[in-house]
Amino acid sequence: MAEVLVYVDHVDGAVRKPTLELLTLARRIGEPVAVSLGSGAGNTAPTLAEHGAARVLTAEAPEFADYLVVPKVDAVQAAYEAVSPSAVLFPSSAEGKEIAARLAVRIGSGIITDAVDLEAGDEGPVVTQSVFAAAFTTKSRVSKGTPVITVKPNSAAVEAAPAAGAAEALEVSFSERATGTKVVSRTPRESTGRPDLTEAAIVVSGGRGVGGAENFPVVEALADSLGAAVGASRAAVDAGWYPHTNQVGQTGKTVSPQLYIAAGISGAIQHRAGMQTSKTIVAVNKDAEAPIFDLVDYGVVGDLFEVVPQLTEEVKSRKG
Amino acid sequence: MSLRIVVCVKYVPDATGDRHFAEDLTVDRDDVDGLLSELDEYAVEQALQIADEADDAEITVLTVGPEDAKDALRKALSMGTDKAVHVEDDDLHGTDALGTSLVLAKAIEKTGYDLVICGMASTDGTMGVLPAMLSERLGVPQVSLLSEVSVEDGTVKGRRDGDTASEQLEARLPAVVSVTDQSGEARYPSFKGIMAAKKKPVQSWDLEDLEIESDEVGLEGAWTAVDGATERPARTAGTIVKDEGEGGKQLAAFLAERKFI
Ligand SMILES: Cc1cc2nc3c(=O)[nH]c(=O)nc-3n(C[C@H](O)[C@H](O)[C@H](O)COP(=O)(O)OP(=O)(O)OC[C@H]3O[C@@H](n4cnc5c(N)ncnc54)[C@H](O)[C@@H]3O)c2cc1C
Ligand SMILES: Nc1ncnc2c1ncn2[C@@H]1O[C@H](COP(=O)(O)O)[C@@H](O)[C@H]1O
Repeated sequence: MAEVLVYVDHVDGAVRKPTLELLTLARRIGEPVAVSLGSGAGNTAPTLAEHGAARVLTAEAPEFADYLVVPKVDAVQAAYEAVSPSAVLFPSSAEGKEIAARLAVRIGSGIITDAVDLEAGDEGPVVTQSVFAAAFTTKSRVSKGTPVITVKPNSAAVEAAPAAGAAEALEVSFSERATGTKVVSRTPRESTGRPDLTEAAIVVSGGRGVGGAENFPVVEALADSLGAAVGASRAAVDAGWYPHTNQVGQTGKTVSPQLYIAAGISGAIQHRAGMQTSKTIVAVNKDAEAPIFDLVDYGVVGDLFEVVPQLTEEVKSRKG
Repeated sequence: MSLRIVVCVKYVPDATGDRHFAEDLTVDRDDVDGLLSELDEYAVEQALQIADEADDAEITVLTVGPEDAKDALRKALSMGTDKAVHVEDDDLHGTDALGTSLVLAKAIEKTGYDLVICGMASTDGTMGVLPAMLSERLGVPQVSLLSEVSVEDGTVKGRRDGDTASEQLEARLPAVVSVTDQSGEARYPSFKGIMAAKKKPVQSWDLEDLEIESDEVGLEGAWTAVDGATERPARTAGTIVKDEGEGGKQLAAFLAERKFI
C-alpha cells in the first residue's frame, strides 16, 4: 500500500491531538509513516503506533529548536526522499503550514491548506475545505506532484489502530539556509489548566459585551463548570482583556466544538469564520438584532451579567 | 545605503460582501467590491515605521492581480509608500499559491530588495503560505508571523507569538518578513497622502517582463484543482428567548436536553 507521510506536532514528546486525527485521515489514503522531530521525538513513537503509524522516523538535533522552520523542512524533505510517499499531511498550525509551503516549492508539488476532510479518490486524495468564512464547502485535489495537504484540528475522530511503528532514526543533513533565522529566546506559555481551545468539546467565548478584563472571570466560571475552553472575540483581545492566543475567528483560532457559547459577541463575519462550523451554538446578547442570533440553536436576549452567572449556578447544581 | 523594502499586498473581495465563486470555480472578483486586504495594511504600516527609523529607505508596494488591483496599490501609496509595481496578465487568471509565489519572487528580484514584508494571510484564500514560499524561492531567511518587528544594522528582529511559546527571532537582511494583525493598527491615509499618491509611479509588468512562461501559471498551470463548491446550508432557525429573570435556567434546560450537562 502507498505510504503517506504525516508530520507530527508534539511538545517535548507529548503528541498533540490534531496529529492523531491526521493519522485517522492518512489511513484512508494509505499507510501512515510519521515524521517526528526535535527534543523528545523518540518518545512519540508508542502513541503514534497505537493510532496507526506503520513507521516513525525521528530526528533530534538542536537546530530544530534554535532556528525557525527551515531545519524541519530539511528533515521532512529527507523523509520524503527516503519514503517516496503518495501524499504528505501536516496539521494546519502556523508552523505546519509554513513547513508544508516550503516543501511544496522544493518538491514542485501542489499544496492545499486547511482541509476539513479527506477521502481517497481516483485522481488522488479529495480534500474538503470550508471557505469564505465557512459560507462554502469546496472539493479540491492536487493536480501536480505529490499532494501536500494541511488539515485543521477536529477534522476527524481520533481512532485507535495499533500498528508496528517503532522509532527509526532519520538521516538529516541541514542545508546552508537552515540557520538563517535564529530563535534568540523562547518563553513558554503558562498553562491555564483548561482544555486547549482548538481541541475542546465545549468553548465559552466572551466579547466586547464582557466590558473589561476584570469581568472575564464570569466567562471563565461558566467554562469551568462545563469543563470548557475559553475563547474571546478580537474586540476583547484588542482591548487587552484576554490573550490573543484565545482569539476565535479569521485571524485567531478556528474552533469546531460540540458546543459553542458566545457571550457579549455580536457575530461579525470574521468571528463567524472561526466558529460557524460548531455543532451546537448558543448566544447571550442584550441586542436582539445581533447577527450572532442568525446562527444559534438557542439564544437568550439579555444581560450576560444576569444570564451567565445564573447558567453557571444551574450547571453546577445539575452536575451536583 | 538605502534600505529597499518591498511590501506584497493583495487585492481581495470585501469579506463583508456576498463572496462567491465564478463558473470556473475561481473566486468571483466581479460582483463584490474589492479592496486592499486588511491584513496587508499591517504590512504597509510596519514598512512605513521601519522606513521612518532608517536613514534612507524606499518602499515599493507590489501586487499580482487584475486591473482593479491598482486600487489596492493606490491605497498603499496614499498611506505613504513611495512607488508601486503591478503584475498584470490575462494568463494569470486562476493562478494558485505556488504560481503566485513564482510571479511575486520574480517581481521582487526585478525590483531589487533588502526586506520583503507580507501580511499574515490573504483575507480571501487565507492560506498564509506565501511568505514561506517567497523565502524558499528567494533563498533568504523567513522571519514570519511577527507581532513586533524592527530593523537595525542590517538585522531584522521580531517577536513571534505561537500557541505554546513566544519567540524572539533574528535574521540578517535580505529577508522575508510577515506581520500579524497584532503588530499595530494601520494608519489612515491623510488627504495629503491621497493627493500625493496620484502622482506616485505605478509600473506595470506582464509575464514576459518577468520571463515567466504562461503555462507555469493560470488555471491550466495550477498545481491544484477545485472540482466543486457548494453553499453551506443555512443553519435552521433556533429558539430565541428574552430573559425575564429565568434566562440562565432556560439555557441550562436546553443544554441538559442536548446532553451537555
Ligand atoms: C481582517 C480582519 C480580521 C478580523 N479577525 C477577527 C477574528 O479573528 N476574530 C474576531 O472575533 N473578530 C475579528 N475581526 C473583528 C470583527 O470584525 C469584529 O470587530 C469583532 O468580532 C467584534 O467583536 P465583538 O462581537 O466582541 O464586539 P461588538 O461587535 O462590539 O459586539 C459586542 C456585543 O456585545 C453585546 N453586549 C454588550 N453588553 C452586553 C451585556 N451586558 N450583555 C450581553 N450582551 C452585551 C452587544 O449587544 C454587542 O452585540 C476581524 C476584522 C478584520 C477587519
Ligand atoms: N496576489 C498577491 N499579490 C501580492 N501579494 C500577495 C498576493 N497574494 C498573497 N500576497 C501576500 O502574501 C501574504 C499571504 O498570502 P496567502 O498565503 O495567500 O494567505 C499576503 O498577506 C500578502 O502579503
